[in-house]
Amino acid sequence: MADPANPAEGNRPTLALHVPEPRYRPGDTADFSHIDIGQPGDQPRPDENIHPSHMAGLAYGLVRVLGDDNQAHGPWNPRLSPNVLRTMLGHMALVRAFDERMFRGQRQGKTSFYMKCTGEEATSIASSMALASDDMVFPSYRQQGILIARGYPLIEMINQIYSNKADKLKGRQLPIMYSSREHSFFSISGNLATQCPQAVGWAMASAIKGDSRIAATWVGEGSTAEGDFHSACTFAAVYNAPVILNVVNNQWAISSFSGFAGAERTTFAARGLGYGIAALRVDGNDALACYAAAEWAANRARGNNGPTLIEYFTYRAEGHSTSDDPSGYRSAQEREEWPLGDPINRLKKHLVAIGEWDEARHAAMDLECAERVKATTKEAEKNGILGHGLHHPFHTMFEDVYEELPWHLEEQAEQAIRERITKFGTERPFG
Amino acid sequence: MSDQPATLGENVIAEAPANAPERRLNMIEAINEALDIMLARDPDVIIMGEDVGYFGGVFRATAGLQAKHGKTRVFDTPISECGIIGVAVGMGAYGLRPVPEIQFADYIYPGLDQLISEAARLRYRSAGDYIAPMTVRSPFGGGIFGGQTHSQSPEALFTHVAGLKTVIPATPHDAKGLLISAIEDNDPVIFFEPKRIYNGPFTGFYDRPVEPWKKHPDSVVPEGYYKVPLGKARHVREGEALTVLAYGTMVHVAEAVCEAKGVDADILDLRTLVPLDIKAIEASVEKTGRCLIVHEATRTSGFGAELSALVTERCFYHLEAPVERVTGFDTPYPHSLEWAYFPGPVRIGEAIDKLLKD
Repeated sequence: MADPANPAEGNRPTLALHVPEPRYRPGDTADFSHIDIGQPGDQPRPDENIHPSHMAGLAYGLVRVLGDDNQAHGPWNPRLSPNVLRTMLGHMALVRAFDERMFRGQRQGKTSFYMKCTGEEATSIASSMALASDDMVFPSYRQQGILIARGYPLIEMINQIYSNKADKLKGRQLPIMYSSREHSFFSISGNLATQCPQAVGWAMASAIKGDSRIAATWVGEGSTAEGDFHSACTFAAVYNAPVILNVVNNQWAISSFSGFAGAERTTFAARGLGYGIAALRVDGNDALACYAAAEWAANRARGNNGPTLIEYFTYRAEGHSTSDDPSGYRSAQEREEWPLGDPINRLKKHLVAIGEWDEARHAAMDLECAERVKATTKEAEKNGILGHGLHHPFHTMFEDVYEELPWHLEEQAEQAIRERITKFGTERPFG
Repeated sequence: MSDQPATLGENVIAEAPANAPERRLNMIEAINEALDIMLARDPDVIIMGEDVGYFGGVFRATAGLQAKHGKTRVFDTPISECGIIGVAVGMGAYGLRPVPEIQFADYIYPGLDQLISEAARLRYRSAGDYIAPMTVRSPFGGGIFGGQTHSQSPEALFTHVAGLKTVIPATPHDAKGLLISAIEDNDPVIFFEPKRIYNGPFTGFYDRPVEPWKKHPDSVVPEGYYKVPLGKARHVREGEALTVLAYGTMVHVAEAVCEAKGVDADILDLRTLVPLDIKAIEASVEKTGRCLIVHEATRTSGFGAELSALVTERCFYHLEAPVERVTGFDTPYPHSLEWAYFPGPVRIGEAIDKLLKD
């Protein structure tokens, strides 16, 4: 082994391992002035059929539309009607209210786990609103906004979170791992980035069949380190698949900052360049920019011009989940100091600035969202909460492992029910 | 429900049409024919894998299929097993019935997360919203001087996973019929093809001349569409002295050794490891009272351990001797010492002697 005090033979320098370290830890003053966020409207909007090599700058810049003056700027302004903007704002407000209530529900012991998307609402809601309702989405675990935007019933979400007797997933999945084929929403996996090649495969299938539907997937910046993400990029590029690869760069993967996924070296959008995939880097807290980027990518895919990788540059305002306390690993000031603000607040201010919204209507909307979530929660609780007996029958534990029940699972099902009866005298002690 | 053997696929056509002409094919030709038939019958079937397109696969299993069915039905993929299985999951969610090839079973490991955490669990975790009706074909097993990266038998990794089915044919007739069943099955199927017997059955007497399939009765492969149901074992030979449980190449090796020793063995070719034909196993062991399990894979936690446990749990009072396992050794598959590793006639013969000594 080399002696650090005596550099190895010859004049070779001593090597040193770089272990990334975030700028700010608990107690530090957060200052994000080093982040170059450019100016709203300063990025060009190329035609959707451009060759990826001719738009490389967009992988390093930041597509922004909403300025500090609360007006929309530049060629990426999607020019949405006030009605659409109000709908978008309403979805975002509803998701935030939903997150608040479900988080509290977990703290009250009604379920085991929850994950908020606070601060990232635009990255799922605005981007999915730019897709057709039958375009297939392969989300990660923080895109509940897509379900809200697609009109999935809140009560079904809560039934799933409570794993109760009305849970359409039969109590088999961790809370928030939704699935709805009816809403073209793929079953969420807890294994990270597995959805990326799956989305590419779905898009390839759509192209094989001469369909017109495209696919989109969402993955966190931390999970882009998984091989699946890179397999997805390779396949997407090789087959020119009609797919949108969304990377939600919220700066934090539980307690590991984005540097552990490579952010100290380059942008996540730039990952696309090496594959020959069109790449956009977007202000993820700017709902108009998110919509515009997704619309551009959807047009590109639908025109058989291939995949797009979009990096949404945003900030995870809360913890990773109910299981971690962010004050233990990052500065509490980061959220307030984040240079790109809060997506709901920014969209609200824009609507107010263009004379299409006001404080009173906003307050009424927030109240209505909270009331609606509260009422739906109470309704869902009638179907049971986790661990209070109102679950699916025991035999369902053994169903859907295979299409048909093989002998060994039938035997095990009989054993499980026998154990239950031995303990309680009935399979379902609470009814 | 449980008083019937709940083997899957009993309701399918198990026999070929009676008037089908008799032809003899090797296992590669039989597999190629099954793929060709399914591509023609079902527009949702697609084949993809490394070198499977224009070239037709390194073992020729997909030869001619791209030219016949087109480039969007049969195509080459990047060298990425994770990607191959991952896109197959997405294609299944769309409604296709993908048949990916993994060039060697030894290469399947980068695809394991997509198989184990995704394909195998998809029906369950989505409560039937989405399924993964894929058949992953892959050549497996040794005896071809493939060294440690072209010889492995990793079937036990897959039989351990709830939600996967594992199928291993031992004859051209079964390879075609089982592959058609696997492709039509709505669950993910691992279809391991014993590459040593692609071109002829192998007795394990490696110093003897190679026999082609055309001399073997099970190389008779009917034309057209037929299925061999999953979950049904094949009675290779009826006998009274002992039961042999084997699959793939080892069916032929075990049969040859029993014949050479003049042992009246009751030999079962399991064909499907999950779901397993437990009724056939129980009936045979209850008849013979002695059980020999043979597989080429490494011994510890191999599928033989599961078979041994099942036989012991369910047939204990019929047993006249401890269950014997003959397997590969717990080493990586060696190159120069391949035949010392391979569970051949000597190892099987000793186990038979031990089983029959009292």
